[in-house]
Amino acid sequence: MDWIVSVVAATIGYAAPVLYASLGEIISERAGVLNLGLEGVMLIGAVTGYITAVESGSLALAILATMLAGMLTGLVYAVLTVTLQTNQVVSGLALVTVGTGLSGFFGKPYTAVTGLEGFKNLAIPGLSQIPVLGPMLFKQNVMVYALYILVPLIYVFLYKTRPGLKLRALGENPGALDAAGMNVFGMRYLYVILGNAIVALGGAYFTLAYIPGWQDSITAGKGWIAAALVIFSSWNPAMATVGALIFGGVEVLGLRLQVLFPNIGIPTYFISMLPYVATVLVLILSTGSFRKHRKPGPAALGAFYDREAR
Amino acid sequence: MTQPILEMRGITKRFPGVVANDHVDLTLYPGEIHALLGENGAGKSTLMNVLTGIYAPNEGHIRFKGQPVDLKSPKSAVDLGIGMVHQHFKLIEPLTVAENVFLYSGRCKAMLNTRDMNQCIKECSENLNLKVDPNAKIWQLSVGEQQRVEIIKLLFCGAELMILDEPTAVLTPQETVELFKTLRKMADQGKSVLFITHKLYEVMTFADRITVLRNGRSVDHMLTKDTTRQKLTNLMVGRDVLKVVPERDTAKSTREVLRLENICAMCDKGVPALNGLSLTIYGGEILGIAGVAGNGQRELSEVIAGLRRVTGGKMFLNGKEVTNLSSRDSIKKGIAFVPEDRMGMGLVANLDMVDNAMLRDYDVPPINRKGILNKKEAIRRTESFVKAHDIKNAGIKKPVRLMSGGNLQKLLIAREIHGNPDVVVAAYPVHGLDIGATETIHKVLMEQRARGAAILLISEDLEELFELSDRVAALYEGEVMGIIPIEKVTEEMYTRVGSLMLGDREESAAKEQTGGMAEA
Repeated sequence: MDWIVSVVAATIGYAAPVLYASLGEIISERAGVLNLGLEGVMLIGAVTGYITAVESGSLALAILATMLAGMLTGLVYAVLTVTLQTNQVVSGLALVTVGTGLSGFFGKPYTAVTGLEGFKNLAIPGLSQIPVLGPMLFKQNVMVYALYILVPLIYVFLYKTRPGLKLRALGENPGALDAAGMNVFGMRYLYVILGNAIVALGGAYFTLAYIPGWQDSITAGKGWIAAALVIFSSWNPAMATVGALIFGGVEVLGLRLQVLFPNIGIPTYFISMLPYVATVLVLILSTGSFRKHRKPGPAALGAFYDREAR
Repeated sequence: MTQPILEMRGITKRFPGVVANDHVDLTLYPGEIHALLGENGAGKSTLMNVLTGIYAPNEGHIRFKGQPVDLKSPKSAVDLGIGMVHQHFKLIEPLTVAENVFLYSGRCKAMLNTRDMNQCIKECSENLNLKVDPNAKIWQLSVGEQQRVEIIKLLFCGAELMILDEPTAVLTPQETVELFKTLRKMADQGKSVLFITHKLYEVMTFADRITVLRNGRSVDHMLTKDTTRQKLTNLMVGRDVLKVVPERDTAKSTREVLRLENICAMCDKGVPALNGLSLTIYGGEILGIAGVAGNGQRELSEVIAGLRRVTGGKMFLNGKEVTNLSSRDSIKKGIAFVPEDRMGMGLVANLDMVDNAMLRDYDVPPINRKGILNKKEAIRRTESFVKAHDIKNAGIKKPVRLMSGGNLQKLLIAREIHGNPDVVVAAYPVHGLDIGATETIHKVLMEQRARGAAILLISEDLEELFELSDRVAALYEGEVMGIIPIEKVTEEMYTRVGSLMLGDREESAAKEQTGGMAEA
């Protein structure tokens, strides 16, 4: 039992950064802007958070800086894709390269810097005493707790509020909103910037909460996993949570199996591969062509909007 | 007279290579239904896009309720109370009716309350006889219902001037009457309704006043009671319209060109769409296909064109079996195809006229010169198409998506009949076209008939079928219910074909003289 509790608790921890990135991307894609540069944005967030935390000693300031860095990236991305109407796939891929390069450059002096406290696991008084569920859910770090609020918040916003309704419409038919006198460009800027701020938090999770420290490409492809999960989730934050937990679970199980059977004879590389393989499998099963009722996603995703286009 | 709600003066809008509006004037009064009449490409949609702030005009000014206004963006138009139902609805398909309406309405608070929203919409729809289920998702609705949602949307936005772009293009005759009842009710409440159309019948029946556009200019405006259909036609086209259909020789050809025997085929959903259909088309005749849409017309045309495999039955061309030809072979054997979806299937929107013109023959000489495209020949051919059919264009090297429906269809049909095919399959060839273009297309079909081609003409318009066809076959659930030779068009023929279209076979049709037309 304890083993299960510890696996689930660890799973949540592993799912968190991917979930941040997925949530941010859901917001951006719902607005109709595809951002495949999640990996790059996460790295920028990761390095910004770490440097700020090391230099200032304040984790709150680190989180703030991370979000600002994410917003700045989002602003640049919005200028490119919304105003200048560049191809979103190519721009996203470019963002990965830029993010990897910038984070590597600025992070270099900090590669050897260790000893940062980071976000520690905090048991919530009362709730953590609940048998089984308590230690699973409520002995986590602050960044995980923030997700407990963020996921329902985004869900309610999307499906129960008027601005959320507009956001859902924005990715489907921007022309309809424009004809009704709404500011398509302004809304796209807003949600791309907001989405990227959340994605950046996913990156900071690695350097501030998971194992405080910096190394090149510390996010190890989690941005790509997040991009896949967005499709798996049908652009729904609740389903994205499920997807992130599946991913996290496989990753944790892989690690635990290595510990339990150290002489299993399978190279560790293959075990590390598991979560990625699992993601691909889940994606095929949930969205493959043999599924009859798959959701195609926001209709205007990836297309720029030009009012006078004929 | 009361003060106009809207005055547009000297509106000019230029696009690269085209002047879409050239000093257009338009005046609208409160409480009236006003028709904006004109052929395709006359500049009606451009003018409306200027009025709704989507296009910025190059010249001219607009006064709304006597005040000069600057419609910089759609927002300024919406704020003034100018609302438009576009020809292609601006609805968001995965959302419900209520969500689509309240997306725009400032009447609702930040949090959505489904029950309140539904109640509001119910009241409004009962008030104006606009029946629609607020909980239904848009993609589940019929086109007529979607249009009602668009109108409700405008009302909730507080529109005082409502513009409807070709509102009846997608409606059945019954729905059209209902729509105008609703519009009249709204006009009686003091709103102004402006509808765009090229159908004279609607203008004469439903409009109070009319403005006619031609070639981007406003040529005249008048009260409906002061004019006639003939006068309007002449204003629209700019010349007297000749009756296009020539006297037909009654001598029947007996040269069999295309024969279908017990053809069975599936539709895209994998359900049988053609169930043992048999037809023969002779050289020099037009065989009309009547039927309510969705009774196998599409599948029939695609089977002949080699685009759909048959699951049973045989097809013969000039006596030789050609069942399940590839589309390439069907072109080589002289089968021309004018599909119903002219932009999706017939032409490639982003290619220019030259490329589109050679799509059919790109791999045979003289366009294909040892594997290299002979562009010179293609250009020469395109120019001959343009000349032969008076195809208006912004340049033959411009993408065809810039062209209007009528000109697209002219280009498409010119390409298909090039090389004198034995068989011409034309599916809804004049659907959505104006008088001028319709005239040209019909003329081309008659020329092909005179040349000796076997023509299959699919249409929903019985009048058109009777005018052009030598025989009319009625299609019902993928079978031919009966074939009627057309010599003289009488009221009784409508009834006969109408009841065939509803599935009564020819034997029983004679006995049961029910009002088939009305229901069809």
